[in-house]
Amino acid sequence: MSFEPRILGFLCNWCSYTGADLAGTARMKYPPNMRGIRVMCSGRVDPGFIFDAFRNGADGVLICGCHPGDCHYAEGNYKCARRIPLTQRMLKDLGIDPKRLRLEWVSASEGQRFQEVVTEFTEQLRELGPLKLHDINFDPAHPDPESLEGVEHA
Amino acid sequence: MSKKITIKIDGKPVEVEAGSYLLAAIESLGIEVPAACRYPFLPPRPVCKLCSVEVSLSGGEAKIVESCSYECVEGMDVRTNTPAVLEARKKALANMVNRCAENNLLKDIAGQMGIADEIKFGKELCTCIYCKLCIRVCDELVGANALSFKKGKVKEEEGESTPIVLDESKCILCGACAEVCPTNHLRIEEEHDRKLVHHDMELGPNSAISLSFRQAVPNVPRIHAEDCIHFRLGGCRVCSEVCPKDCIHYDDQDVIEEFEVGTIITATGFQDFDPTPMKQYGYGKLPNVISALEFEKMNNAASPTNGRIVLEDGTEPRAIAILHCIGSRDENYHPYCSRVCCMYAAKFAHLVKEKTTAEVYQCYIDMRCFGKGYEEFYKRILDEGVTVIRGKAAEVIPARYHREEEGKLLVCVEDTLISKFREIPVDMVVLCTALEAHDNASEFGRKLNISTGADGWFIEAHPKLGPVSTTTDGVFLAGVCQSPKDIPDTVAQAGAAAAQAMKLMNVGEVQMDGAYAEIHQEFCSGCKICNGLCPYNAITFEEDKKVSYVNPALCKACGTCVAACPSGAIEARHFTDEQIYAQIEGILS
Ligand SMILES: Cc1cc2nc3c(=O)[nH]c(=O)nc-3n(C[C@H](O)[C@H](O)[C@H](O)COP(=O)(O)OP(=O)(O)OC[C@H]3O[C@@H](n4cnc5c(N)ncnc54)[C@H](O)[C@@H]3O)c2cc1C
Ligand code: SF4
Ligand code: SF4
Ligand code: FES
Ligand code: FES
Repeated sequence: MSFEPRILGFLCNWCSYTGADLAGTARMKYPPNMRGIRVMCSGRVDPGFIFDAFRNGADGVLICGCHPGDCHYAEGNYKCARRIPLTQRMLKDLGIDPKRLRLEWVSASEGQRFQEVVTEFTEQLRELGPLKLHDINFDPAHPDPESLEGVEHA
Repeated sequence: MSKKITIKIDGKPVEVEAGSYLLAAIESLGIEVPAACRYPFLPPRPVCKLCSVEVSLSGGEAKIVESCSYECVEGMDVRTNTPAVLEARKKALANMVNRCAENNLLKDIAGQMGIADEIKFGKELCTCIYCKLCIRVCDELVGANALSFKKGKVKEEEGESTPIVLDESKCILCGACAEVCPTNHLRIEEEHDRKLVHHDMELGPNSAISLSFRQAVPNVPRIHAEDCIHFRLGGCRVCSEVCPKDCIHYDDQDVIEEFEVGTIITATGFQDFDPTPMKQYGYGKLPNVISALEFEKMNNAASPTNGRIVLEDGTEPRAIAILHCIGSRDENYHPYCSRVCCMYAAKFAHLVKEKTTAEVYQCYIDMRCFGKGYEEFYKRILDEGVTVIRGKAAEVIPARYHREEEGKLLVCVEDTLISKFREIPVDMVVLCTALEAHDNASEFGRKLNISTGADGWFIEAHPKLGPVSTTTDGVFLAGVCQSPKDIPDTVAQAGAAAAQAMKLMNVGEVQMDGAYAEIHQEFCSGCKICNGLCPYNAITFEEDKKVSYVNPALCKACGTCVAACPSGAIEARHFTDEQIYAQIEGILS
């Protein structure tokens, strides 16, 4: 039996949550691996949620927000778009492949895009295999030098 | 008010304003006076002398004067019908008749004077009666000074046909000279005339001041500055002279007014799909290939054709093809069904049958007669003899096989019910073009914070449970801007939207959602990180306490500040950290 990744999704109420609904009412098929949590805006996604998801056994985390310029709250998605790369960098430090965290823009009318994103991410995680937190050796004293590239030191 | 005086006309006392012109006083009694050289918006200048009458002042000797330009004086005695008057008029008429070619104006005047058989027109080729109205209107009203009389005689033997000289560089093509010319000697030639042109949808009124359309709201005429003589040269002002209520102000400017509202109903409708890119249908290239909206306009009783269905040459068509789904249900343009076309096409067919004897062919993919009474209406047009062909038209080409088909169009279509390819010769093709969202719909939607779907239509809050509201409180949708629909559905949705808006207005206050952010000030470090993040400026910093505060009436609960607070001091009610962590745990356990 092939590996079935567990994906946690944070879906913005105004776009992707509705988009997921649309995919459902339109009877579009996508893998059942993703379970969504509704948030009012992608800007609500606290990086803490992401770490917690991995800690609790998620193999991947998907965050969906409104397309740039279309955020119901004008700019929450921009805030999110800034937080995710930083979070990815921290994940790398922790020894977690940053590809396991994804940010995608899916509007309320893009049921099909939602289907594609989930399908594709599931495929990708299947290839990456399960996230084995116990195998990771994280040494805070010697972080991966690559992950510090571009980081300005005060 | 000027002074009233009393004069006598043919023995009858009449009260008139001192200084007014005599002709008006005479005509007010219903007495007909011939007149060829006057125009109400120019001061009278006697040229034709047809309006001659006999006047005697305070018992003095009677003399012949031109009534159009003679001012009334107290006690004057006017005779309009003496032999001397008739003689003077006859002489004036003879003078003009001798100088010009046969024309209806002078024939009618002769008829009016009862001397139709006595007049003999000169050998001249032209119908100019030298009234000078055209030159005066161009100089005095329009201000273009483009016309003048030729110096010397018209040399007909050299091909000259008019004494009027036009300075083309000065002419603005307003047509005022042609309008005032009493014998139609001056005309605006066809090539310059704004005639009926289907493709440009110029089936509108030609005057520079007109109602946009009969049911326009507000129902007042507008001046089209690009055609208006006043705006082009500063002259004319005729419309303001005739307006009895002094409504025309040429220096009015567009003003942008801003007002605050609590609810907005978006009813911006649709735009017509432009079929030009679909070259196979020849729109814009072939004559008499028109869009449905153009056909609709022509059909309107207030159209320039007065609702007659005619070809570009003004004749009645003998066969019309109505092609469905142009730009709709088409992967290359719009995948959706425009929903109204099948039924308005049926309506068109019915109207054609009612107004003309033309054959009607409908080429359709599916006949979608979805509403109340619609299927019955479809049956009715079948009974009226409309030919329906199941198959989307492939092409429209000029007919060229037979001589008698000259100028006709061929509609090429596969009739899928009989599996035959057909070429149908018709005179007119009506393209049922798709309804499409305005080009700037998403830009406009962004202003109201409502989103557009892939097709460009605005998205309702919920397809079943919130079909008139949007994701923005207080903004509602009505009509085609949400999705293609016909008038009954538009009206129903608009009624619902109005009711929703009224509901909010009646309450007079906004009910707040339970979800908003709250700062637990005991944990707030006063870092102010959240202050700049809020897109609604809901967070203020309380200087005295050195902590931040969220105004719950302004907060829209996006949670951005909650995610950013390094102290974890902000709680997103109904989306608290605890709730979300619990969900994460629950889902992944
Ligand atoms: C050829 C044709 C024939 C039809 N015949 C029929 C028929 O017989 N029966 C029937 O039931 N339906 C018919 N329909 C459909 C009918 O036209 C629509 O149902 C109806 O017009 C929808 O009304 P609406 O108010 O939603 O949109 P519209 O009629 O498009 O009105 C929208 C209005 O909003 C204005 N507007 C747009 N943007 C802005 C803005 N930003 N600010 C301010 N104003 C703006 C526009 O100028 C326009 O006046 C026909 C449609 C076509 C194309
Ligand atoms: S971000 Fe948090 S700690 Fe900083 S001012 Fe806002 S509520 Fe206070
Ligand atoms: S939740 Fe969003 S809207 Fe509310 S105060 Fe925080 S940033 Fe502003
Ligand atoms: S509302 Fe969807 S990302 Fe902000
Ligand atoms: S109308 Fe009076 S002179 Fe022509």
